[in-house]
Amino acid sequence: MAKLTFKEELCKGCGLCVTACPKDILALSKTRLNSKGHAPVEQTDPEKCIGCAFCAMMCPDCVITVER
Amino acid sequence: MVVFEKPKSLTDIPMHYCPGCTHGIIHRLVAEAIDTLGIEGKTIGIAPVGCSVMAYDYFACDMIEAAHGRAPAIATGVKRSLPENIVFTYQGDGDLASIGLCETVSTAARGENITIIFVNNAIYGMTGGQMAPTSLIGQVTQTSPYGRDPKTAGYPIQICELLATLEAPAYLERVTVNNVKNIRNAKKAIEKAFRYQLEGKGFSLIEVLSSCPTNWGMTPQKALEWIDEKMIPQYPLGVFRDKEA
Amino acid sequence: MPEKVLMKGNEAIAEAAILAGCRHYFGYPITPQTEVAAYMSKRMPKIGGTFLQAESEIAAINMVYGVASTGKRAMTSSSSPGIALKCEGISYLAGADLPALIVNVQRGGPGLGGIQPSQSDYFLATRGPGHGDFHVLVLAPASVQEMADLTFKAFELADKYRMPAMLLADGTMGQMMEPVVLPAPAEHFIEKPWAVTGTECKRPHNIANSLFLLPEVLERMNFERFERYARVEEEEPMWESFLMEDAEICLVSFGITARVSRNAIVQARKEGLKAGMIRPKTLWPFPKKPLLEAAGKVKSFISVELSMGQMREDVELAVRCQKPVYLCNRTGGMIPTPEEVLQSIRKANEEGG
Repeated sequence: MAKLTFKEELCKGCGLCVTACPKDILALSKTRLNSKGHAPVEQTDPEKCIGCAFCAMMCPDCVITVER
Repeated sequence: MVVFEKPKSLTDIPMHYCPGCTHGIIHRLVAEAIDTLGIEGKTIGIAPVGCSVMAYDYFACDMIEAAHGRAPAIATGVKRSLPENIVFTYQGDGDLASIGLCETVSTAARGENITIIFVNNAIYGMTGGQMAPTSLIGQVTQTSPYGRDPKTAGYPIQICELLATLEAPAYLERVTVNNVKNIRNAKKAIEKAFRYQLEGKGFSLIEVLSSCPTNWGMTPQKALEWIDEKMIPQYPLGVFRDKEA
Repeated sequence: MPEKVLMKGNEAIAEAAILAGCRHYFGYPITPQTEVAAYMSKRMPKIGGTFLQAESEIAAINMVYGVASTGKRAMTSSSSPGIALKCEGISYLAGADLPALIVNVQRGGPGLGGIQPSQSDYFLATRGPGHGDFHVLVLAPASVQEMADLTFKAFELADKYRMPAMLLADGTMGQMMEPVVLPAPAEHFIEKPWAVTGTECKRPHNIANSLFLLPEVLERMNFERFERYARVEEEEPMWESFLMEDAEICLVSFGITARVSRNAIVQARKEGLKAGMIRPKTLWPFPKKPLLEAAGKVKSFISVELSMGQMREDVELAVRCQKPVYLCNRTGGMIPTPEEVLQSIRKANEEGG
């Protein structure tokens, strides 16, 4: 069981984590913006997360903490 | 159990880089190396002039802000003053390969026991996308609007190859951070460069091919692909010097 | 009795710097100051210090910036064209409030100029050598003894006020040999909690920096720095008065020309001409007070200098144009003879005030 935590205010919505995810379970929010005006990343299907941390490794802004 | 989080050697100040700019990844890799080696308390970093001018706010270790291109000279002074400390510079291509090329080459030739993190994104980012010494042939920038023409603007400078002609450098490697595998390699290289300094092996420089989605005029993902398609053919990845190998 | 040793001016600078606790010297060869570098290259390795011949003047001043950031005493030396190159780094030192010593053994300019003595970097030194609003301390020795004493003093003042200092000498002073009593080794150094030495994970990180992107912050930094400069101008001007008690003509001169002027004044006195001299030992801060006081007593001033009236402007400002300020000068490496200075004293006497 893996758990991702997002420091949403740091997210710039670049989407690099989205492409890096091997399970294809990350997406930029279609409904929300953070205070900087960026659409932050969200997990679409947390159950499928394997905690590989590829997303966190690709993130230029240290938005994602990964726990397993 | 936490398996991945922001390294301690980065402060909590949000980085100012554009969305998708890989400077942030490279900052993190440097900080991870500092954390892994347990050297935060004795590391002194030197920030350049360029996009990473405010790197002094992001690294938690003591920092110095340099004049454009002069970071290796400042690093030399710091290291001569505090030989037991760990000294690194973090420089872009305009800073290191153009205005500061003399300092870069001379510091490498002396074999100063410091580590240089050289971020090559083939463009001047901070000033809005002008041609860099490392811009590719044909690359359109604000100051090469018809593409870089070697007849008038010359050819890209390959820093690792250039420095590999010198006797002194201990470790020169070119890496990139455009996918997870390459990030892992870059992490190893940066950590090794700092370790070499700790062991007193001498000068090391890690060139990191980096993206500039904003000034290349691409999406962040497309910019990472452009590194594979365009930059790596001009700047092949690999080890150019390793005195331990 | 402290021992007197016979030394060249340039060597006196180097030895005094070492006695002041400077263990880091960075330089680039240029006539006529190369003895400083040569002396340092011999001495520094023997006392565990750094001598490094840099790849350029620009690199040398930035190496100084690196050492200064770590809180240690560092210096570079050069001559006029090389100092012009260092101006970038000097501005950054000033902007980051870092102390350091820059020795300028001046030669004639502009351009490549010549290699003979000059004082034509007066403006460059006293107006802030580099871009932006700032000053450096400028000390002007007129003997080999002062080459040593003012080098020592320059390090102390630089640390005290967290600003760069420039020793403004010239080719003659550098080459001249005289007996010197060297200063005792420095023992007390100011604490530098701002120094970049590694946090040891015990304090927030220190940053040596001159970048302040918020205009209101940069303005505040500049205002605060100039408040400090105001204290320097109040407390630190140094000068020597020579036969000023009854003087009617006040010569103002520093460095080598002050020595020539002194001879001329002695001659003038024999002719009954009441000449005296105020010799600035600091050019920034300029000794404005004694000059303004003298303006109430003398008939005229003569600025004796190896430049085209650069110092005369400061004398005129200091005396608020209350009395005429004549110019007696040579340039290009020429030095006035005592007879030439005497002539200008005679002329000033005829023209009155």
